[in-house]
Amino acid sequence: MISARQRIAALAALIALAGLAGCGEREQVVVYQQGKYQGKPDTKPADNDPAASLYTTSKWTKGDKSSWEAAIKARNQNQNEYARVN
Amino acid sequence: MARMKFICDAERCIECNGCVTACKQENEVPWGVNRRRVVTLNDGVPGEKSISVACMHCSDAPCMAVCPVDCFYRTEEGVVLHDKDMCIGCGYCFYACPFGAPQFPQAGAFGMRGKMDKCTFCAGGPEKDNSREEFSKYGSNRLSQGKLPACAEMCSTKALLGGDGDVIADIFRNRALKRGKGAEVWGWGTAYGKPDNPQQQAPKGPKS
Repeated sequence: MISARQRIAALAALIALAGLAGCGEREQVVVYQQGKYQGKPDTKPADNDPAASLYTTSKWTKGDKSSWEAAIKARNQNQNEYARVN
Repeated sequence: MARMKFICDAERCIECNGCVTACKQENEVPWGVNRRRVVTLNDGVPGEKSISVACMHCSDAPCMAVCPVDCFYRTEEGVVLHDKDMCIGCGYCFYACPFGAPQFPQAGAFGMRGKMDKCTFCAGGPEKDNSREEFSKYGSNRLSQGKLPACAEMCSTKALLGGDGDVIADIFRNRALKRGKGAEVWGWGTAYGKPDNPQQQAPKGPKS
């Protein structure tokens, strides 16, 4: 036979558990998953013919990414006056 | 190759707005749209500092994250571009961008937002390179011509550096070392402040 005191204790325990459930912590930060680009594909700069470019001093082999990168890095040094003047 | 980046040297920028003009001219940017602008702190006060600001082509770009139609993409060179045919002009990217880079042409009589326009690092967009369509929508594609952004190449004091992040970081580092100041503008001290007691020893004991 369950006494009234035990019932009250069990009820209090249930209420305490229900109250604790409200303290459950959920992840507040939504982890962004990279959306998939829906637009048109773009071409790569290295795939262009350097001969078709106007007024450029950069030379690279069409389709060769590393040669285009080397041309861009060389051109970048035009912004370095320590390399230009001294 | 590293990612394409801009650095603006606040010690050199003289607020001439040459970069803004170069951008406008190169890309035929419409009235009311400023892909690049010069921001001056303490304007008129001796010691004022200016920097040129545009799209920073973030490595983890918030505009890409919030775009509801996923019209943004990042090229292999690290340039953040978008497809104007997809853009709905909602303006989310403008709210997300910490630099105010996305611009919206006032296209209609009632001030309707047009499609978003921003700095392309002079890399055009997803149209045929150097075509009329690409130029009319996105402006010049200088990268495909083996050139660098017009703003950086036109900068008279070479305050604005643009190009391969590793290369321009080396140029800036060398410059800061040669002149003996200005290095404190960027780096750990700026981001996190200086320690209260630099001589303090690190606590000893096992790592927890």
